Amino acid sequence: MGAGHAHSRILAGVIANRSDLPVVLPFRLGAGTGAAGAWRPGPPHAVALAIALAVFVVVGDAQAAPGTPSILTTLLKWTPLLATGFLLNIAISFIAMAAGTVAGTFLGLMQISLLAPVRGVAWFFTQFFRNAPWLVLLFYCMLLLPFELQIGGTVIPLPAWMKATAGLALAVMANVSELVRGAVQSIPFGQWEASEALAFSRRQTLWMIILPQCVKRMLPPWMNLYAILVVGTALASIVGVNESMTLTGDILAAENRTELLVPMYLYLLLWFFAYCYPIARATVSLERRFQVR
Amino acid sequence: MATAPAWTPAEPLIRIADVHKAFGAVTVLSGVSLEVMKGEVICVIGPSGSGKSTLLRCINALVPIEKGSIQVEGQEVNDPKLDKLALRRKVGMVFQQYNLFPHKTALQNVMMAPVHVLREDKAEVEARARRLLKKVRLEGKEASYPGELSGGQQQRVAIARSLAMNPDVMLFDEVTAALDPETVKEVLVTIRELAEEGMTCLIVTHEMGFAREVAGHIYFTDRGVIVEHGPPKEFFANARDPRTQQFLSQIL
Ligand SMILES: Nc1ncnc2c1ncn2[C@@H]1O[C@H](COP(=O)(O)OP(=O)(O)OP(=O)(O)O)[C@@H](O)[C@H]1O
Ligand SMILES: [Mg+2]
Repeated sequence: MGAGHAHSRILAGVIANRSDLPVVLPFRLGAGTGAAGAWRPGPPHAVALAIALAVFVVVGDAQAAPGTPSILTTLLKWTPLLATGFLLNIAISFIAMAAGTVAGTFLGLMQISLLAPVRGVAWFFTQFFRNAPWLVLLFYCMLLLPFELQIGGTVIPLPAWMKATAGLALAVMANVSELVRGAVQSIPFGQWEASEALAFSRRQTLWMIILPQCVKRMLPPWMNLYAILVVGTALASIVGVNESMTLTGDILAAENRTELLVPMYLYLLLWFFAYCYPIARATVSLERRFQVR
Repeated sequence: MATAPAWTPAEPLIRIADVHKAFGAVTVLSGVSLEVMKGEVICVIGPSGSGKSTLLRCINALVPIEKGSIQVEGQEVNDPKLDKLALRRKVGMVFQQYNLFPHKTALQNVMMAPVHVLREDKAEVEARARRLLKKVRLEGKEASYPGELSGGQQQRVAIARSLAMNPDVMLFDEVTAALDPETVKEVLVTIRELAEEGMTCLIVTHEMGFAREVAGHIYFTDRGVIVEHGPPKEFFANARDPRTQQFLSQIL
């Protein structure tokens, strides 16, 4: 029958996983304060960033050889190019997040399957990709994926940025998988029991009763994951994708001015910050709102 | 027995015979027998941990039994070929913690199972759901979410939700145990009305006054067995078993 087993297992899961809400391992730097892995920029970060940029611009201009254009004009000159690179970062983050979320949802549901082998396989893939450094996943995808795919008669080219996206999507998938598993198991057991008593099938219970309640719980950590992913797209520069980080390096090589080095990277950091900050604020306010109810 | 003879209301609606159940090493039920006739109201009382909730769960096939037999309208619940959907639409169950679906309104809570499980016509179900909510005195609360309702109101929504499946018997598992003393009464009134209308009820409760009033028969369980049972008057007046006497002296 298995119903009894399922019950006690779900119960055990509920207890065991209370403190095991999803964390993003590769970026868990400031563990110990608040939610592990949560990226929580605040106004002080913005001020510090702006001050640092201003200081390096002023100091750099003072050190510059006479006759060279000021750092600010140089930054502005390269802004359109930087923007195209940054758009690629955003595109990568969108695609990786979408693909990773879909795949991760199914992997997470497999993790709570009643069939032990399915559960085991899903658990293994989740742990493997969640604990692998993102950069390692990127390199794997770069090296293992072909430069083009042949499906039927059509040839689909796989440029480097797509392969990098696949690597990041794997990381997202594993994190979303844990998010789904944790959220499902955090739903009180009584919801399953009441649904079962009302003759809902397990599938109906999952899709109509459990998962809708999970969405609310998963939204803040999911948004947090996205903010971390956006920052993570800069890793693609290491595997040679022409995103904003790579372009910043190219610009610095072209300008060949040492005083430009720090302001340029700070400027890029500002771009990432400006994009991620609203997401982080929205995450925090959503979390607060959900806590109240 | 390939084809069970058709059940008639002259036979017990629920027939529990020598049921054994253990969770791992913990024996919870060790030989429980009990019968409920159609239209009867049975109360089960007993100390915490004596297996009352487990017994109700077994009747609904939420928990499999190891030994013995449970029949609902002649259908063996422990039969592997059992149509669980058919069983569960016959047997309604209300829980101590209400277990309403928090993301659905009161009306949606009541409508969900008939619409999605029984696949009945939505307009018909809605009319029935509104009628049921009115019956449990929650007219005007149709659009409220469970979080906006008091415990007593939530429990009455849960009763309406169960009734919406048109069950033949209702199982109540300490449905007032989580409620404030003031709201206990409104839920008990609802259950009593159901009982008076002829609904077959199997009620696990700690409310002795209520049990005395509403039950046709009272069972006392302790450590997985039925220690004693009888009509309320007899049961309360001259309990024979020392365990029953002790329990009653503590609670009354
Ligand atoms: N799913 C389960 N897994 C393991 N043990 C269980 C499970 N369900 C119940 N038990 C155990 O079975 C015993 C009887 O539990 P049950 O809930 O049936 O008692 P009860 O009479 O309803 O008590 P109460 O009055 O406290 O509700 C308890 O010791 C309980 O710990
Ligand atoms: Mg109980």
